[in-house]
Amino acid sequence: MEYLGQYKAVYKAKSGCEDILAKAQDGGIVTSMFAYALETGIIDGAIVAGPGSEPYKPEPMIATTVEELFASRGTKYSVSPNLALIKEATRSYGLDKIGIVGTPCQIQAVRKGQLYPVGLRDVPDKIVLALGIFCMENFPYQGLFQMVEDHCATKIDNVTKMDIGKGKFSVYTERGVNSQIPLKVTHKYEQPGCHVCLDYVANMADISTGSVGTPDGWSTVFVRSAAGEAAFNKAVEAGWIIAESMDGVKPGLELVEKLATEKITKNQKYLEHRAHKDHAALKPLRNPYI
Amino acid sequence: MADKITVGHVHMSGCTGCLVSLADNYEGLLTILDKYADLVYCLTLADVRHIPKMDVALVEGSVCINDECSMEEILETRENAAIVVALGGCACYGNTTRFCRGGQQNQPQHEGYLPIGDLIKVDVYIPACAPTPQQIRNVCLMAYLLLKGNDEQKALATAYLTPLMNLAAAGTEACGCDLMTEVINQGLCCGCGSCAAACPVRAVTMQYGKPQIERDLCIKCGACYAQCPRSFFSFDVCGQYESITNLIAEVMKP
Ligand SMILES: Cc1cc2nc3c(=O)[nH]c(=O)nc-3n(C[C@H](O)[C@H](O)[C@H](O)COP(=O)(O)OP(=O)(O)OC[C@H]3O[C@@H](n4cnc5c(N)ncnc54)[C@H](O)[C@@H]3O)c2cc1C
Ligand code: SF4
Repeated sequence: MEYLGQYKAVYKAKSGCEDILAKAQDGGIVTSMFAYALETGIIDGAIVAGPGSEPYKPEPMIATTVEELFASRGTKYSVSPNLALIKEATRSYGLDKIGIVGTPCQIQAVRKGQLYPVGLRDVPDKIVLALGIFCMENFPYQGLFQMVEDHCATKIDNVTKMDIGKGKFSVYTERGVNSQIPLKVTHKYEQPGCHVCLDYVANMADISTGSVGTPDGWSTVFVRSAAGEAAFNKAVEAGWIIAESMDGVKPGLELVEKLATEKITKNQKYLEHRAHKDHAALKPLRNPYI
Repeated sequence: MADKITVGHVHMSGCTGCLVSLADNYEGLLTILDKYADLVYCLTLADVRHIPKMDVALVEGSVCINDECSMEEILETRENAAIVVALGGCACYGNTTRFCRGGQQNQPQHEGYLPIGDLIKVDVYIPACAPTPQQIRNVCLMAYLLLKGNDEQKALATAYLTPLMNLAAAGTEACGCDLMTEVINQGLCCGCGSCAAACPVRAVTMQYGKPQIERDLCIKCGACYAQCPRSFFSFDVCGQYESITNLIAEVMKP
């Protein structure tokens, strides 16, 4: 399953902590893993997408307490430049053992930063837990705002949750009002840079997690690296995370792989298109992968 | 130690900060000197007066074209070194010496400064001001594997060094503007924020998920673009981050 990257194990999992689940996007895996890692000293801080100056506009933040982590629960469907804090975390914050959550492109940036630390002195060895979240595409804030306010006719200040699933973009509010639009409508708002991305399930993370594949309230979790495996198993043992086998889970890995294949195939085609091989008069656009 | 490679540090118009970065590998530098490399030339640390033959020249600083001795030295470096590495922003891209314009005592005519790649062919770039100790270490280890390793190690070293060789082939101009011209304008920016972290002078901030460049703060070191995952990204190398990290840790054991 090359589209899903290399992994040691895959689980259907959720948090063992009701407080985390109350506001988590899915199974609360990200918040639980970081909370466990903070409590036990595996990390001394985590870079997460915290609340920003406008509703649902994420702002990268360094959480050094479980309370701070709680403020970052839930998916913000807009770009949170989490890597912007990766060096500062080792400077004024004085962290030695950093956790970071990110979309697949951000986890790629973490690994590039570790192997080619051009402007990231002393950062490579200090990243100990990189949690990846599945990602089909992301939206610039202006686009997200328009999707919510114009297309969903919902004031963004009132939104309590957004999610993407089953071909729809959904917004939920306090009063339970639930507005949905077909994903087709959202395509023009996608961040163009997402269209060259060849990774759906954060193949280079220590642990990756997302909603697709498992029932509501649960997460699909890939445990990938040795560091990820050690931390995940301990979190399960300590009761922070409840992990079950993926066998027989519907819709299961099949759907994850189908979506990963669709994303990567579509974006590979776009990369080929950018090469302008069919148009002798057009120069190729730049390809970062060659 | 016949199976070590020979390395020299050549100091052009630089500030020695690049050499300090190499030294900031602390005991790691001693491991490198013990096992993998002999330092055959380095005016700051050793008494060899003239540029000898060497496998790898780490060249720091740009070249003052109004200074004949510097012009001779950069040529001599190319002639004597199998692999020329531009170490740091000045050697790669000119960096702060881009802003030189002469008129200062005691050599008011010293006004023309060029990155070494404008004068000689350069094989590998290590951009940034200062370059990181870890990046310099990695290049030294990979150069060792390239020249002394088995076939598998040579292949790994080649794959690792290729993007840094491509940077050297791509040119001698760098600026925060590269994020605009080569990433955003090309429809490639994913808003990750790596560029903002890499910038040594905080000229890059993230606004609404995209880099905003304060161009009058930028010192033209090339760090942001080189660190950006959408400048170059090798699935082959980065996909092996775990084994490569383990390999580096293993070979760096004293
Ligand atoms: C843009 C985007 C697209 C996604 N697309 C898919 C998809 O196609 N399929 C799928 O299965 N899952 C997708 N997800 C992942 C999913 O929405 C959840 O983030 C994931 O399941 C983690 O849930 P959790 O309950 O474990 O996390 P929680 O415990 O709720 O924590 C969420 C964590 O995600 C971080 N976060 C939130 N927003 C962002 C952001 N914009 N950038 C970086 N980090 C952020 C927060 O800091 C927090 O640490 C996407 C997420 C994002 C941000
Ligand atoms: S480092 Fe990230 S945010 Fe900066 S230009 Fe590159 S892709 Fe965009």
